[in-house]
Amino acid sequence: MSDVTASDVVKNGLWTNNPALVQLLGLCPLLAVTGSVVNALGLGIATLAVLVGSNTIVSLIRNHVSDAVRLPAFVIIIAAFVTCAELLMKAFTYDLYQILGIFIPLIVTNCAILGRAEAFASKNKVGIAALDGLMMGLGFLAVLVALGAIRELLGSGTLFADMHLLFGPMASTWMLQPFGDNYSFLIVVLPPGAFLVTGFLIAIKNAIDTANKRRADAQRDAPVKGAKRIRTTGHIS
Amino acid sequence: MILQSIRFNAIVLAVFALVTAIILASTDTLTRDRIADSERKAAQRKLLEIIPIERHDNDLLMDVQPIPERFWAKLGLKKGGDIHIARSDGQPVAAIIPALTPDGYSGNIAMIIGINFDGTIAGVRVTEHRETPGLGDKVDLKKSDWILDFNGKSLVNPDKSGWDVKKNGGAYDQFTGATITPRAVIHQIAKTLEYFTEDSERLLIEAAKSKSDLELIGSLEQMNSLERIDSLEPMRIETNNE
Repeated sequence: MSDVTASDVVKNGLWTNNPALVQLLGLCPLLAVTGSVVNALGLGIATLAVLVGSNTIVSLIRNHVSDAVRLPAFVIIIAAFVTCAELLMKAFTYDLYQILGIFIPLIVTNCAILGRAEAFASKNKVGIAALDGLMMGLGFLAVLVALGAIRELLGSGTLFADMHLLFGPMASTWMLQPFGDNYSFLIVVLPPGAFLVTGFLIAIKNAIDTANKRRADAQRDAPVKGAKRIRTTGHIS
Repeated sequence: MILQSIRFNAIVLAVFALVTAIILASTDTLTRDRIADSERKAAQRKLLEIIPIERHDNDLLMDVQPIPERFWAKLGLKKGGDIHIARSDGQPVAAIIPALTPDGYSGNIAMIIGINFDGTIAGVRVTEHRETPGLGDKVDLKKSDWILDFNGKSLVNPDKSGWDVKKNGGAYDQFTGATITPRAVIHQIAKTLEYFTEDSERLLIEAAKSKSDLELIGSLEQMNSLERIDSLEPMRIETNNE
């Protein structure tokens, strides 16, 4: 377990074992806040920060906490990080905090975080655990932002609206409106749209994986007779 | 043996709880002022949208009058609230009144309504709602400028029957596919105007009283600062003597 390489960790977090598209963890915030890029980015960054922090600390204390109290200790660490993130967002990006509301404190219930603490950070060295947190967080953030961008573009006809909530006044001119003023496509903005777009994203990812696999198979020699191919879906490494 | 491990685990957890408590407490102290400041600014920005800075010269946030309990039902408020008074040269020019309507399509719609003391509307903003995106949410200024139609209107312009959506013979547009939301907002604004005609005289009197109070506080603060200077001076003399 402890001989995982950094490149494996990077690939796992961003693609093979992406928390949102493969492990399907943390779907509640994923579906709820991705109505626009700025919301997705805000929640994604907060989750990323919490993941890196909790993975680092969990890995640091992994040899000092016995199995019996491991989970309560992890929960305390994660809850502390989330509360800090909440306070900081409230202090520095108050308007965005108002929009994201309950989903910031709810980061604590995002299974991706406790999942990584338990499955990876508690068994690996600090550096690689922090990298895992960073990559899993980036994978989650990327899916959030992709979802937010697609839903904002198709649903409200804008892109990067209200970015000043996160980046200050200079970002208020970033908004694009490719389809003109009055465009709107309601279902994409509403919760069912979140499910639909997530479904399409997962399908696209699977299609790319299948195509890659077929190409790799074609290049390889014919398989030995009787060899079995085991089909695997996502797993927590 | 078991007892020992229980004791050890308990101590480990206690240490954890203690350390996190310290971290949380210090983050809280570090951010508390900033959060209070952000909250104040956000509240102030909404008030300033209705009564721009050119029209008043007082601190809108601090200059408040409580709403008497008998009017709460009319304004849809369950816990009461404060009316913000805007003044220019000490004279009240407008009042910003909070109101809530339960008749929206999904849940309450909270708004603030600015009314000039001549009975015309200075501006209305919806502050909180959960209306359908793309349909009912056009009451929000971010989505559509429908809410600006109310500027300058009063209970006589249009008359009572005009305070409804066009579909029901009123003077205001409904939205395509959404009539309930705008109707709820229009009715609540009309009710707030009615409240204002009933209560504006009392508000003016109270505002005049509180103005003299504010002046009193101001002069008290001046006296305090004078005293502080007084108390500093002997000390300075003492140090000189040394």
